[in-house]
Amino acid sequence: MSLLASFRDSARAKPILERIRARRGGPVSIMEFCGGHTVAIFRSGIRSVMPERVRMLSGPGCPVCVTSNADLDRAAALAKLPGVILATYGDMLKVPGSHESLAEVKAQGYPVEVVYSTLDALKLAAAHPDREIVFFGIGFETTAPAAAAAVLQAEAKKLRNFSLCSVMKLTIPGAKALLSMGEVNVDGVIGPGHVASIIGADAWRFLPEEYGIPVAISGFEPLDLLAATDAILGMIDDGAPDLVNTYSRIVKPEGNRKAWGAVERVFELRGASWRGFGDIPASGLALREEFAAFDADRRFPLDIPPSEEHPACRCGEVLRGVAEPTDCTAFGAACTPEHPLGPCMVSSEGSCAAYYHYKRQAV
Amino acid sequence: MSDTHILLAHGSGGTRMHALIRDLFLPAFDNPYLRQGNDQALFETPSGRIAFTTDSYVVQPVIFPGGTIGELAVHGTINDLAVGGARPLGLSVGMILEEGLEMALLEDIVRRMKAASEEAGVPVVTGDTKVVERGSCDKIFINTSGVGIVPEGVNIDGAAARHGDAVIISGSIGDHGVAVMSERRGVQFSTPVVSDTQPLHKLVRRMLGVTKDIHVMRDPTRGGVATTLNEIAGQSRVGIEIDEEALPVSDEVNGACDLLGLDPLYLANEGKLIAILPDEHAESVLDAMRATPEGAGACRIGRVVEDRPGIVRMNTGIGGTRIVNVLSGEMLPRIC
Ligand code: SF4
Repeated sequence: MSLLASFRDSARAKPILERIRARRGGPVSIMEFCGGHTVAIFRSGIRSVMPERVRMLSGPGCPVCVTSNADLDRAAALAKLPGVILATYGDMLKVPGSHESLAEVKAQGYPVEVVYSTLDALKLAAAHPDREIVFFGIGFETTAPAAAAAVLQAEAKKLRNFSLCSVMKLTIPGAKALLSMGEVNVDGVIGPGHVASIIGADAWRFLPEEYGIPVAISGFEPLDLLAATDAILGMIDDGAPDLVNTYSRIVKPEGNRKAWGAVERVFELRGASWRGFGDIPASGLALREEFAAFDADRRFPLDIPPSEEHPACRCGEVLRGVAEPTDCTAFGAACTPEHPLGPCMVSSEGSCAAYYHYKRQAV
Repeated sequence: MSDTHILLAHGSGGTRMHALIRDLFLPAFDNPYLRQGNDQALFETPSGRIAFTTDSYVVQPVIFPGGTIGELAVHGTINDLAVGGARPLGLSVGMILEEGLEMALLEDIVRRMKAASEEAGVPVVTGDTKVVERGSCDKIFINTSGVGIVPEGVNIDGAAARHGDAVIISGSIGDHGVAVMSERRGVQFSTPVVSDTQPLHKLVRRMLGVTKDIHVMRDPTRGGVATTLNEIAGQSRVGIEIDEEALPVSDEVNGACDLLGLDPLYLANEGKLIAILPDEHAESVLDAMRATPEGAGACRIGRVVEDRPGIVRMNTGIGGTRIVNVLSGEMLPRIC
């Protein structure tokens, strides 16, 4: 049996589930901070097998979803500049900004290209020397190393027609902002495996140390998530918050120093605006002065009118874990994956989309 | 043939077009129907009902691991006939070629169509070719239509699934989708996933040889198994329950799906069928299927249930349940 299949094996899930069910204690809320986990939890039906005392919450871990309308409006304006081709991930296209989505901008005849990585955007720049390729770069710590590598490559190759509009964000300031708001009770956290593989499991020690909240770094297979949940419940029930790494086959305590080193070389911290949270200081990655030639913000300064939110959409509350998608009156009615009102219904990692696909009716 | 690329003149009705037909298409598809040289093919029909189907193929890239648009066009239409219980009699082939298409590529595709049609024993009985200006199509578009005969006593219908029926599949899922997606995204795997494109009419014949009492049959092409099961649940007004652990997915497809962020349930298959039939026939039909190369991996994946008509549910590997929705929007750009 392959490694993957073995992690999907029901025989191995059973004892963990039995242990989870056998634990006695009061009601607890466990939050996952990663959109990949949200999808995996819904796909594997983990919520449906949890005992009643365990409530699972989704957090702000979908990079498409936390991108603010102000940043989306800026991307649309960049795409409309003469000579510019805007490159971005496919998931971004359908997200409605204040007035229009990038798909609508593209339909008006402005060049918006879908790419799978920042390096694809570099290829686009090499193929169109007479055009300015602006990469609208969203993402967390996981995508930042590729963006850094692309900027370094563009510099080495002296590509003058490539620039990055960075709206990349850091998960830890985001998590701290959510916990400091105190709106939602979080007793345990499923830590993001891919993010931790870059910045290290130890970066999440602040949860037990500063907030007294146990955290288990988890992979993305159902068994990984069950093991992480079991570890968290154990720490809660023992009253001994700590960090447990249940994804040690991929995640090291110190992370990937080399990848993060490249990020630190190219980017510096700045405030960033998050949907549902507003401005969070030192939570965004901006290009350092030294790389100004590749910084779309410096090269194409734009005056963007203040952004607007759809009045019905509760994505902000969904991202803060305060509302469930089904609390939104638009869910499944005015807002569907075909006609999304907010990003949480667009992105494959968004909570509303996950609810819609896997849980629309109670099963 | 001396031209290295397709020119507009190849579709103009003049000497170049006649040379293309004479030198490439006629020798490739040679059979008594084509030799009649008429504007239509004439066949004798055995008794039964006539099945008629058509499909257009615009797959990108035109060559992918395990096949080309050519085999796909032949197999796809044969399979659309086969899953209705029909014995295919003949196919038409309409080609739309982009000006500038390399002649070598066209020859390769035609050669593969010839091989596919011969292997299946289903002749191409009539055809047509047009050439359009560069940019008006993407290299080559192929339309195939097919006619077949459904024998007496066979009544396969998407609305015929009944509570208690077994849901079976002829083999592993997602192979074609992964083959095309990995080629399109330029990703290489150590063990490449190849398309499962193959004709299914011989397999269907074996199945109907065991029992004619098969309620529903479909080939889960675009939209994959999830979409096909949802269509059936809707048409038959029944619930369908599938077991995640029973779904046949190869380790390679699973690995590629994890990497590319795809779900095998939604990926296209080009040589698989789903059948829904009374539970008491399931084992004997599965045995007959497993004795054929096309059905070697056949297995049971679920059952038809009474509650929640129109909804497909999955029992997950860890013992949970969830809904299996239709694909909304495009998880994948043009997959087949
Ligand atoms: S259902 Fe739609 S409108 Fe409501 S919160 Fe989710 S994305 Fe926004």
